[in-house]
Amino acid sequence: MMLSLKNIVKYFHRGSVNEVLALQNVCLDVRRGDFICIIGSNGAGKSTLLNGLAGCFFPDQGTIVLDERDITGWPEYKRAKFIGRVFQDPLLGTCATMSIEQNLALALRRGRFRGLSAGVRRLDRDLFREKLRMLDLGLEDRFQDAVGLLSGGQRQALTMVMATLVRPDILLLDEHTAALDPKTGRQILDLTERLVEGMELTTLMVTHNMHQALRMGNRLIMMHRGEIILDITGEEKSRLQVDDLLARFYSLKQDAFASDKMLLV
Amino acid sequence: MTWYAFLGAVEQGLVYGIMVLGVYLTFRVLSFPDLTVDGSLPLGAAVCAVAITSGIDPFLSLFLAMFAGFFAGMVTGFLNTKLGILHLLASILTMIALYSINIRVMNGPNVSLLGQDSILDPLIGFGLPGYLSSIILFSIIGAAIVVFLIWFLHTEFGQTMLATGDNPRMITSQGVNTHSVIILGVGLSNAMVAFSGALIAQNQGAADVNMGVGTIVAGLASVIVGETIFGRGGIMRAVIAALLGSILYRLAIAMALGMNLGGFTFTPSDLNLITAVLVVLALTAPKIKARFFS
Repeated sequence: MMLSLKNIVKYFHRGSVNEVLALQNVCLDVRRGDFICIIGSNGAGKSTLLNGLAGCFFPDQGTIVLDERDITGWPEYKRAKFIGRVFQDPLLGTCATMSIEQNLALALRRGRFRGLSAGVRRLDRDLFREKLRMLDLGLEDRFQDAVGLLSGGQRQALTMVMATLVRPDILLLDEHTAALDPKTGRQILDLTERLVEGMELTTLMVTHNMHQALRMGNRLIMMHRGEIILDITGEEKSRLQVDDLLARFYSLKQDAFASDKMLLV
Repeated sequence: MTWYAFLGAVEQGLVYGIMVLGVYLTFRVLSFPDLTVDGSLPLGAAVCAVAITSGIDPFLSLFLAMFAGFFAGMVTGFLNTKLGILHLLASILTMIALYSINIRVMNGPNVSLLGQDSILDPLIGFGLPGYLSSIILFSIIGAAIVVFLIWFLHTEFGQTMLATGDNPRMITSQGVNTHSVIILGVGLSNAMVAFSGALIAQNQGAADVNMGVGTIVAGLASVIVGETIFGRGGIMRAVIAALLGSILYRLAIAMALGMNLGGFTFTPSDLNLITAVLVVLALTAPKIKARFFS
């Protein structure tokens, strides 16, 4: 098993009236090359799971093991050596005041020591040009432009390239098309598929869109109230229909409703 | 304005300009409003003055001042990142602590350097008048630091520092420990500020515990005046604009002090008010321009 989460528990605002149990004993084993789509309603713990993996917070209980290394106590910047990330907000993945090539150069040194040699090297530019040409957005001719001049979709495409410029062991995509218009979102998804398949990346993708979750990846996880309640792989996933997921969803809602009702009675 | 007042303002602009470059590094590059400078400028002056009076070479004493400033800045960075104190407050805490420390360093509120060696001596030895030799020397030092800063901000680490100020979440996800970058960055900035303080002490012939009052305001005013007049496009332009902004700021102050409006004249104690008005004008100039000239 490449990545293994064991009994992860995470509370937010623990001990206060606002206490939330964000992750409830989450166990997840990820095989190398898995492309996992994660769905669930708001507050189900999808983003929390990804943030926990990235090291934005430490779990209250449980362990995270990556390639036989226990990384549970590793801070975010240290885990970044193995993890590429794309956020929901297109503005979060890039530096607006810096140029396209400077942003790419920052990503090229992910997880490496940054010393006093030139930030952007002439040799790197060939690699950048090749990667940007793949996007077909004309960015390869705008190396010196500040990233702040680009549209949200262009910035997200650039972030995708940056997250995969150094091959990550794990790629985390957190609703990375949700803030884009439908057409741009589709382009970013196409790019995602091309990159993930081309580089055979192990990927966890959070999405709100069930069609996307069914169409993409080899594995589907549904979360509810901080728990993984459905984990479907391979053949079984390819047979899965939107109706099946919806049925599952509504039965959950009713469960929740029933238990609330019981409390009232 | 007289020729002497003009030269005096240019000289002040250059020597304080090194402080302004330090303020540019925290305020613009790291987005860290750092008030430590009100304490680290006199710290640099104090360390340098005490070193010289104890017989240390004036050049070497500049470096001692830089180390002291670097350390003071690192304390502010540490308070902010590792102890989670708001950046503004962290820097105020270091600043007030430095007031006591500076008096300890000097064993009193000031140290006179009259009759002591200074880095200006070799130039004066050539037969140049004092006011010219200081302008020449400070121009060379200012230009050297401008070149250094432009080079530094284009290195891998310099670019990381720019990214830390711009988008800390992004650069963390690229594997950078922003805490270390902030601690080193604020340290480097205050090293430059202390260096500036040491030069001022040698130029004025004294270090005084109160010489740092208002440093941050003058620094911010200079950075903003420079940006407003010379623009912000690119690192090279921004760094040069900061140094030129410092000279313009000192000229503006000298002009204000030389004004005589029907018997009314400004006194040096009005400087803070003038500076505040100048900063407000510079900050709102783009908005006013957009509103009335578009």
